[in-house]
Amino acid sequence: MRVAVCVKQIPDEEEPPALDTQDHTLVREGRLVMDESDSYGVEMGLRLVEADGGGEVCLVSMAPNGETSGLRSAFAVGAARAVLVSDPVLAGSDALGTAKVLAAVMGRLTPDLVLAGTESTDGYTGTMPVQLAELLGWPSVSFAEHVEISDGLLRVRRQTEAGYDEVTCPLPAVVTVTSGAVEPRYPSFKGIAAAKSKPVEQLTVADLGLDDSQVGFSGARQRVVSVAVLAARAAGEIVVDQGDAHERVVALLETLKLL
Amino acid sequence: MGTSWVVAEQDDGVPAAIALELVTAARGLSGMVEAFTWGAGTAAAAGVLGRYGAAKVYDVGDLGDSLPGPKVACAMAELASRGVSPDAILIGATHDGRDVAARLSARLDLPVLANVVGIDGSGPRPVSEHTIFGGSVVVRAEFTGSGPGLFLVQARSFVAGPAEPAGQLSPEIVATNAPETPTSDGARIVARHREGQTGPRLDEAAVVVAGGRGLGSPANYALVTELAQLLNGAAGASRAIVDSGWVPYALQIGQTGKTVKPTVYIACGISGATQHLVGMKDAEHIIAINKDRQAPIFAVADLGVVGDVTNVLPRLIEAIRARH
Repeated sequence: MRVAVCVKQIPDEEEPPALDTQDHTLVREGRLVMDESDSYGVEMGLRLVEADGGGEVCLVSMAPNGETSGLRSAFAVGAARAVLVSDPVLAGSDALGTAKVLAAVMGRLTPDLVLAGTESTDGYTGTMPVQLAELLGWPSVSFAEHVEISDGLLRVRRQTEAGYDEVTCPLPAVVTVTSGAVEPRYPSFKGIAAAKSKPVEQLTVADLGLDDSQVGFSGARQRVVSVAVLAARAAGEIVVDQGDAHERVVALLETLKLL
Repeated sequence: MGTSWVVAEQDDGVPAAIALELVTAARGLSGMVEAFTWGAGTAAAAGVLGRYGAAKVYDVGDLGDSLPGPKVACAMAELASRGVSPDAILIGATHDGRDVAARLSARLDLPVLANVVGIDGSGPRPVSEHTIFGGSVVVRAEFTGSGPGLFLVQARSFVAGPAEPAGQLSPEIVATNAPETPTSDGARIVARHREGQTGPRLDEAAVVVAGGRGLGSPANYALVTELAQLLNGAAGASRAIVDSGWVPYALQIGQTGKTVKPTVYIACGISGATQHLVGMKDAEHIIAINKDRQAPIFAVADLGVVGDVTNVLPRLIEAIRARH
């Protein structure tokens, strides 16, 4: 079972996010970390490989500047290797441009299964994995809460607005994994030490046979007209509970004629 | 004035709230609004969509056990390739809506403008509004390529309203069979489960009581449910306790869950992560109960109670009961 897991390296969430004043992209300076929402795909990939008894998890990531710091945590828990597409022309890529790049990578890797998070924490577009599936001509199951494989068929519990569906799907396929679907494991000391020597294959857009115009700003075909900071909602009254704060809540509900 | 397409999800003849919001928004963009729908009861749904302004409804038919994404996107792409292309395509950011948008985007080679919360149709090209950083910053953007703009719209971004003067009571219904897409349409739904809720719907209730990690344990979520029932409201949850398996996803409020705009929102033990604030910050009144004085939820609360929610809620419930 060869599983490719799409991982996004994003700015540390501890830092307040900011937009570049020139091109309106998210500022990506400083240390990058693996998007927490991708840790569930990594864990699920590792479990499927373990259940199958063979194969590996290969990380696939894209970054304009060759950054690999965000891959280490996935290497430390057991991902075998990574393919990193790194090229200055990737700056400004939207979800479709990203999907085109990753589709070209999958064409080389020919995995049995591609896993990704349902959406990234920094951009939360939530369309890239299914765009990737369409470009590959593969089926996809989004919002997977539980995944297992039996008789070569994926069996997925897919979250819906009303509850959940049980879905089967042939391989190869793309599956997006909800946050919390599995409990990501902690790295061992041995794993952390081994992470440094895991192979990272670096590719450029030209290596993948893609044209520069399909990716980056030119591929995204959109222009930011304006950026405005909204007036913050005025903070209200704060009361420290000393056994009677519920009376204030009752009074407010009364004023609003809800009691 | 051009044509807008709307992906209109429906359930047994009843259009989803977001479908009516999108048809309403499309009226403001184009002289001609056409909707795509599928499943059982499309004729009844088409009647409602007509009242809100859809002049034509494409019926993609009963999809059987297929997931909607590949089939609906394929039917739309097929029409577009025959030269029936619209100027704008509006799709709701639901689970199935995102699948349709993603597959259509790849098929037509059109970027998706995602997280849309408003569309300004007054200029030569539609300008979409997107909120980022938890709703604190609004970016206005324009699609610059050729072909229609593809907009993935957040729920409750528009207020649905019937067309004035009265829209078509019976729009033209066009059966549109989705061409076979054997490889991409391989997934099969083998069973559907609904996790039923009693009382008003979460995204329509006037009062929403939501619980978070500060409740301490799954058992304490009963306090949230009880308060919601007493106020004839709906109970919701933060992503943290959905991810931890305390309550089903159907209750989740926030970026990946439901967007709510009730008269009163009562946040119980919720810190207020940006992805949560996005889903509830437009409530008319916000009451927050949290132990941590520094919790971001207090920055948006009209009334903030700094205290242990497991102490405050039982007293609040008792006080409201005493009045009944």
